[in-house]
Amino acid sequence: MSTVLTPNAIDAVFAELKARGETALIPFLTMGDPDLDTSVALVQAAEAAGAHMIELGVPYSDPLADGPVIQRASERALINRISLTDCIGVASKARSRGVTMPFILFTYYNPALQLGLERFFGMLQEHGFSGVIIPDLPMEEDEEARAMAERARIHLIPLVAPTSEARVERIAARASGFVYCVSSLGVTGVRSSFHEGIDQFLATVRQAAHVPICVGFGISSREQAEQLAGKCDGVIVGSAIVRHVEEVLPQLKSNEESEKARGLRSVQDFIADLKPRRIG
Amino acid sequence: MIQVPDQHGRFGPFGGKYVPETLMNALIELEDAYRHYKDDPDFLAEVRYLLKQYSGRPTPLYHAERLSERVGGAKIYLKREDLNHTGAHKINNTIGQAVLAKRMGKKKVIAETGAGQHGVASATVAALMGLECKVFMGEEDTKRQQLNVFRMKLLGAEVIPVLSGTRTLKDACNETLRYWVSHVDDTYYILGSVTGPHPYPMMVRDFQRIIGLETRDQILEAEGRLPDAIIAAVGGGSNAIGIFHPFVGDTNVRLIGVEAAGRGVDTEEHAATMTKGRPGVFQGSMSYVLQDEGGQVLPAHSISAGLDYPGIGPEHAYLKDIKRAEYVPITDAESLEALVLLSRTEGIIPALESAHAIAQALKTAKTMKPDEILIVNLSGRGDKDVDSIMKYEEEGGIQL
Repeated sequence: MSTVLTPNAIDAVFAELKARGETALIPFLTMGDPDLDTSVALVQAAEAAGAHMIELGVPYSDPLADGPVIQRASERALINRISLTDCIGVASKARSRGVTMPFILFTYYNPALQLGLERFFGMLQEHGFSGVIIPDLPMEEDEEARAMAERARIHLIPLVAPTSEARVERIAARASGFVYCVSSLGVTGVRSSFHEGIDQFLATVRQAAHVPICVGFGISSREQAEQLAGKCDGVIVGSAIVRHVEEVLPQLKSNEESEKARGLRSVQDFIADLKPRRIG
Repeated sequence: MIQVPDQHGRFGPFGGKYVPETLMNALIELEDAYRHYKDDPDFLAEVRYLLKQYSGRPTPLYHAERLSERVGGAKIYLKREDLNHTGAHKINNTIGQAVLAKRMGKKKVIAETGAGQHGVASATVAALMGLECKVFMGEEDTKRQQLNVFRMKLLGAEVIPVLSGTRTLKDACNETLRYWVSHVDDTYYILGSVTGPHPYPMMVRDFQRIIGLETRDQILEAEGRLPDAIIAAVGGGSNAIGIFHPFVGDTNVRLIGVEAAGRGVDTEEHAATMTKGRPGVFQGSMSYVLQDEGGQVLPAHSISAGLDYPGIGPEHAYLKDIKRAEYVPITDAESLEALVLLSRTEGIIPALESAHAIAQALKTAKTMKPDEILIVNLSGRGDKDVDSIMKYEEEGGIQL
């Protein structure tokens, strides 16, 4: 077991938030939905909305961990043949337009494997990523990726689920960046309630982890974010935002600048409204 | 021979467990339960009893004299898995897994299905054991295989049409895994092939090995020696691994897997995973996958819904890489021709899947001597395909 102790932008953000007693808001966006330029603009909008870091989602043909909303976004992006390297490129484009928050790539394993893990982590480093989440790479299979992530100073952020039980300790103990706690059984998507034992689950993870813990899967409102704020260091919101993007797609795809700006503004307001108001 | 898989579910570089964390403990629980029961005399006795008295095993090894004569070359035997209850080899596996699910205390089972054969075999054992059963089936396939959809309903199962992605087997598998992620605490997943995360490729192989074990005894009794070659169709690869596995150590026995070439391996419409795919991670394991340059999985095509799958079991990938088995493509047209020939020379209408194996047998037998022996795994019967064959005849795809 080894721990990443190298400086990383994710660590810095959590340290700062902790000092201020705040909870991180981490939005997720599917890259290339509806196109790459809009993705860059949406990342800017997310930062303007007050996001502290962001997950850039790579569309995949077989997204096992995702519910219908992100499946549809992936299908839309894949019609335009959006590739893994396209998605990675969004980060440096957003950076050049002044975005300062840390970037986390969310990708299924096969696209990274086909690019070559060496090249994959090299590109993440080159384009300014701080972390990566690979939902279908459990700890039993992550040895090679873990070693390369460490060399590239990228956090390989692990997931724990309410069903992880005895695995929680092992996963949390070797976690890097933060521990991604899955709020409930099931795939990503909007839901009205979390796993009934969530408080106990988060307390268990908290105890085992030496890095911050964040909660995701099913968070769609500020009320839910606030409900979790005191129990974790960050909340991840994916499907609710991706669904909002879907709702304003006609505006985002419009050729008229004012229409497009209205669409972006609408997503920005939606994300801003998710931010927990209560100090955690 | 090295024993595969190892404790991590690895067949050389292939296999493993690439699934969301939520499923990991369910797979570990399944692995532990299977390890516990696989040598348990009571468990084995129940499985054996059902295979014999319920499904009708052992299935015959039939010398297809007229077919052999017609082809000219090797002596062709057919392993008659089509004579199983529900019409295919699939029930060997569903009996084993349902008995296991019951012993694990599970009351609900789920399954994916392509052509509907595994769905029917799952619905059948669920009815037999009083388990609640949901079957996920691509919407495309529910249209192509309406009769099987109704059979499952008749057996008391709920058929859930899958509307995502390609709306065929690949997405039915995804949706079954997603459902399992949400209901993992009380639901058992009866996976239908030697694919998916460990322990499924190993466990399904073990339940299908009965095909090869019987074949071995039967050919020794009939001919006093082992065959020269064995041919089986591969989609996910469960009937093929079932007949191959007991012969893997007998290096004089050629093992030939037949994959679906659809409209041809040089078109975009095929399911020739070994011929045109490359290693990757798909639906829980590392194996050969039909994929584009960026690692997106490509849709497969075959006239046979059971072979219409862009992946293949990891043990097949291993057998290919160590050069113990060969994998060859057969087109839609070749399989239809073989289907008609077998129907008319032997009075056996094979499933379209099995017709691919027959088509390759016609080619291979010709290159062999009359005293050499070729065994074809006739994995299923053609009743389920009669409708689609009729359509091909009307469209001029075959001449009768």
